[in-house]
Amino acid sequence: MRGLQAIYLRELRAYFHSPIAYVLWVGFLLLTGYFFYSGTMYYALASLQTMQNPMGGGPNLHDYLVAPLLGNMSVLMMLMAPLLTMRLLSEEKRSGTLELLLSYPLGDLAVVLGKFLAALSMLALILAPTLLHMLILTWLGPVHWPGLLLGYLGLLLLGGGFVALGLLASACTENQIVAAVTAFAGLLLLWVLRWSGGLAGPTWGPLVEFLSLSLHFENLAKGLFDTADLAYFLLFMGFFLVASLRVLEAKRWKA
Amino acid sequence: MIEVRDLSKRFGATLAVDGLNFAVAAGEILGFLGPNGAGKTTTMRLLTGFFPPTSGAAFIAGHDVVEEPLAARRAVGYLPENVPLYVGMRVREYLDFVGAAKGLDKLAARREGMRVMEATGITARAGQLIKQLSKGFRQRVGLAQALLGDPPVLILDEPTIGLDPGQIVEIRGLIKGMAGQKTVIFSSHILGEVAAVCQRVVIIAQGRLVAQGPPSLLSPEAQARALRLVAQAAPERLAQVLAAVPGVLSQEPLALAAGQEGCAALRLTLASGPQVVAAVARAVVEAGLGLVELTPLSQSLEEVFVQLTRGEPGPAAPTQAETQA
Repeated sequence: MRGLQAIYLRELRAYFHSPIAYVLWVGFLLLTGYFFYSGTMYYALASLQTMQNPMGGGPNLHDYLVAPLLGNMSVLMMLMAPLLTMRLLSEEKRSGTLELLLSYPLGDLAVVLGKFLAALSMLALILAPTLLHMLILTWLGPVHWPGLLLGYLGLLLLGGGFVALGLLASACTENQIVAAVTAFAGLLLLWVLRWSGGLAGPTWGPLVEFLSLSLHFENLAKGLFDTADLAYFLLFMGFFLVASLRVLEAKRWKA
Repeated sequence: MIEVRDLSKRFGATLAVDGLNFAVAAGEILGFLGPNGAGKTTTMRLLTGFFPPTSGAAFIAGHDVVEEPLAARRAVGYLPENVPLYVGMRVREYLDFVGAAKGLDKLAARREGMRVMEATGITARAGQLIKQLSKGFRQRVGLAQALLGDPPVLILDEPTIGLDPGQIVEIRGLIKGMAGQKTVIFSSHILGEVAAVCQRVVIIAQGRLVAQGPPSLLSPEAQARALRLVAQAAPERLAQVLAAVPGVLSQEPLALAAGQEGCAALRLTLASGPQVVAAVARAVVEAGLGLVELTPLSQSLEEVFVQLTRGEPGPAAPTQAETQA
């Protein structure tokens, strides 16, 4: 446990020792700031138009503004996560530090989990300032907080999935670029899979759709909580973490 | 403290380590020698549990490195060959991390960090980034992380490679100072270093044990002696006399030095042991031949090493039997 904590803290610090964390942070906030601004402007415009509508019933703040904003953030996270995870194991393999790390009395699980949690925490830290946008929204209209927090839970679960897959990619290679590209390709494929669900026929179609990351996130972004989605994300993370663990072990056997 | 039994490691078609057997007693400093590619690093990685052996077993402080990896690793401080450190960290921060990774609490880690920095002479560099340190200081940080947590066993892979002579002397002094307290295996291909620091050497070549014994095993004296013998005799007569002496392995004529006219000179290769030299002298004198010169022809340390690792049958075998007895 102490070993896991040591790995976790070292990894988290390592992000701040390199410019990666800062660059990603600034880039992410710049883009989410832009999306927030344009989103609220459109929302204001739409509200104005419905005000002149005698039938009443303005646009719903959550559906019209918050959910699309969360959706944009999820796509940005998909672009970012591989950059956060690419160095996790590949850098240690290339520089040889893994050999030393594995000579300490730590289990492989502590190494994998420590690194996973560190990257996920970094992602959460990058995400955290966007809550300020949501606070600003309270001036504009009635924010549906439970739905909004569910959306953020969805982002975290999604981030966990991104990071777990990225960790596996990083475990498979000594080259960081290869790790990033592999992770991104894998994530994008799992993201868009649902769009081809219809092609797979009535039997396989729903399964293909079910495997897609975006489907499960969308529910949470809308503020819908379904244990199936929760189970999906937990299984997704579990699968890729176990795979990373096995790859690390296999490298030991072959090395 | 360390025991290796029939240890083998295969990478695809190559057998990197082939049926290695040796043991290191507590408090002993063992020099691990072999030409490049002999399997030294592979053996060390097997001992630290980086990968498991193909067959055989290794024990550290009584723990099987495969069956009880954590217990075995708790007893080991390891310094890999090219000293892989997290270069973006500061020395103290790095040692704090190592302490935590070795399972120490924050306070104990800090205390141990101070102790090992003191022991390796890097206290003044505690706040520096590792990437800004010179090779010699990095090596010391590497040694410091191995010492951290006071493990009873140290495995050091080429700890002096790439250092300047002054630094080499210091690191050697550090290692030598651990005799009796720590069990140390260190690999090297600098022979003088091993002779100076170790109490015992294990020599491997192509993954196999070639010889083990005290460092004097490597000293030219312990190896087949070559002697220059000059006597007042006809060359044939001298050869005849010497052929009858047991322990004379070969003889070949040598050129005479100035002022030795009328003599015969031979280069003799003898089995080790002073008795053989004495027997040669006695035989020459008893045959009524005038013994003019009997000079040991010295072999360099390097020649001995090359002879051993080539797998030539030398008198290393008896030495090995002696140490095992």
